[in-house]
Amino acid sequence: MDARLANTWRLTVNEKKFIESALLSGIRVDGRNPYEFRKLSIKFGREDGSSEVQLGHTHVMGFVTGQLVQPYRDRPNEGSLSIFTEFSPMADPSFESGRPGESAVELGRIIDRGLRESRAVDTESLCVLAGKLVWAIRIDLHILDNGGNLVDAANIAALASLLTFRRPECSLGGENGQEVIIHPPEEREPLPLIVHHLPVAVTFGFFGSESILVIDPTHHEEAVMTGRMTATLNANGDVCAIQKPGGEGVLQSAIMQCLRIASRTASDITKKIKDTVEAYNTERALRKIKRHPTSIALDGSANVKVEQEGFVGNKGANELPKKHMGSSRLVSEESTSQSNDCDGGTKSSGLGGNSRRNDGTTNFVGEPASWNINTQEEATRLDR
Amino acid sequence: MEYVSPEGLRLDGRRPVEMRQLRAEIGVVAKADGSAMFEMGNTKVIAAVYGPREVQNRSQQITDQALVRCEYSMANFSTGDRMRKPKGDRRSTEISLVIRQTMEACILTNLMPRSQIDIFVQVLQADGGTRSACINAATLALADAGIPMHDIVTSCSAGYLNSIPLLDLNYVEDSAGGPDVTVGILPTLDKVTLLQMDAKLPTDTFEDVMQLATEGCKAVANYIREVKTSFFCLIVIWDLCYNYC
Repeated sequence: MDARLANTWRLTVNEKKFIESALLSGIRVDGRNPYEFRKLSIKFGREDGSSEVQLGHTHVMGFVTGQLVQPYRDRPNEGSLSIFTEFSPMADPSFESGRPGESAVELGRIIDRGLRESRAVDTESLCVLAGKLVWAIRIDLHILDNGGNLVDAANIAALASLLTFRRPECSLGGENGQEVIIHPPEEREPLPLIVHHLPVAVTFGFFGSESILVIDPTHHEEAVMTGRMTATLNANGDVCAIQKPGGEGVLQSAIMQCLRIASRTASDITKKIKDTVEAYNTERALRKIKRHPTSIALDGSANVKVEQEGFVGNKGANELPKKHMGSSRLVSEESTSQSNDCDGGTKSSGLGGNSRRNDGTTNFVGEPASWNINTQEEATRLDR
Repeated sequence: MEYVSPEGLRLDGRRPVEMRQLRAEIGVVAKADGSAMFEMGNTKVIAAVYGPREVQNRSQQITDQALVRCEYSMANFSTGDRMRKPKGDRRSTEISLVIRQTMEACILTNLMPRSQIDIFVQVLQADGGTRSACINAATLALADAGIPMHDIVTSCSAGYLNSIPLLDLNYVEDSAGGPDVTVGILPTLDKVTLLQMDAKLPTDTFEDVMQLATEGCKAVANYIREVKTSFFCLIVIWDLCYNYC
């Protein structure tokens, strides 16, 4: 409550009247249409499961971490999903560090309802050992800058980090198959979470009794608005959650109109999230390629990358890390069954790659030759 | 699990569009300026209103409006298993915020500047729909305290199980994991002030469920109006007798 009041205190009466009267003529202070969202940008951090979302001036970071815990007694074969919000005092002078205030709790619960109750994340796949060990996924949302409409930005940050989070693969072992072995990411590729659909939150602001409604209110509009509603929808047209916590009364027809607008906006935002996550996954796969040390020493290293990307485009990002890991194992002279299996594949793809590269530039002559230099015996041995 | 039998009866024998039995009583907390007890089936809540009175925390005073505070808490014994933390947990904080903003929409706060109105809601028995019962009890308590409102607020919940919209869910139906829509309306203006929903629903189905909940709210409003008129008639008669005897 203090946050809301502090917000209104910092706006003068003139500013409030100006915003209200501009809205009566359908003009918003930042020049947007009433049903237009602000510019959205999603970035990812170095670690899997960290995202940074900017919606206009609002800046939110999301982090996803996983831990093996005991499941709840009434749900022995389901993992859990919990959301924690941190309203940093640097975001807004009215935020205080320490115990989350009312708006922090409400934001956490809106996102929690949208994700958990609508079964967006598959919790049954998080079970490792029924009744004993399950994955507890924890989403931390840090508000860095409050430019208005924290709910939507935080929701997008949560979704983006959930889609890029990878949990280590576990397998059962030990004497009676009851011991859980967690494989480090170097040994086995970590797995993504199973996300069935993306519930996107869209917030509306209601002004006065003239039933003016705007989408994605800014900080100043939030100080002036008399009511708000957050509708969480997915791209399939399902309503996942609605939160209209009191405030100005609106007609039922206005609510249905809001849901229709929200449905359109939600599909746009879903597409944007999916595109950025796709780009991140491709880039991540490229990063996983273990580059041979001498390849970097070649001049025209930019060409190395270009050719690698061409390679990826033809073979597919998922196949690439395995094959190249196999070849790097050959180089380091560790022969495991895994590398033996994909040896033939690596050899042929290496050959194919070689020819393609030789067509490209002459700089590459060095690279395949250096492989052959180190693994002369293996190359002949594997020539089956 | 079957929540609606083939004959069309729910687990407690109600029809899908039937509400639970309502019961309200005013003036249950003698010390408070206004109080009410509201029962919806087995859900029982008490609301107490103190105000308008002087603001206790001067820094929170608003110069042109009354300050409305609300606290929602569930008694330890209200649910099946004894609750560890009756208030201060996240759910209670959110519901307190929701009830406060809902009541603020109907109280004429401009008539009482620099004052404070406290609404305390305590759940004694929780059997689903506690939020709605709290709002209905708070409305009656505010009316009992004589606080000016431009309309009463009534609330009711509805759900969707076995592909049938159900009105006024109880605890078993609520914990089934299906959608739960809570609606609060201003009956005279026919406007929706509170709307909360969880779990997934297609948009058209949602419209039907919301419509059903709104009908439930109107039924609660009729009941509350009856209670108020009968209660206030009683007050007038008692007052007359006391003064002239």
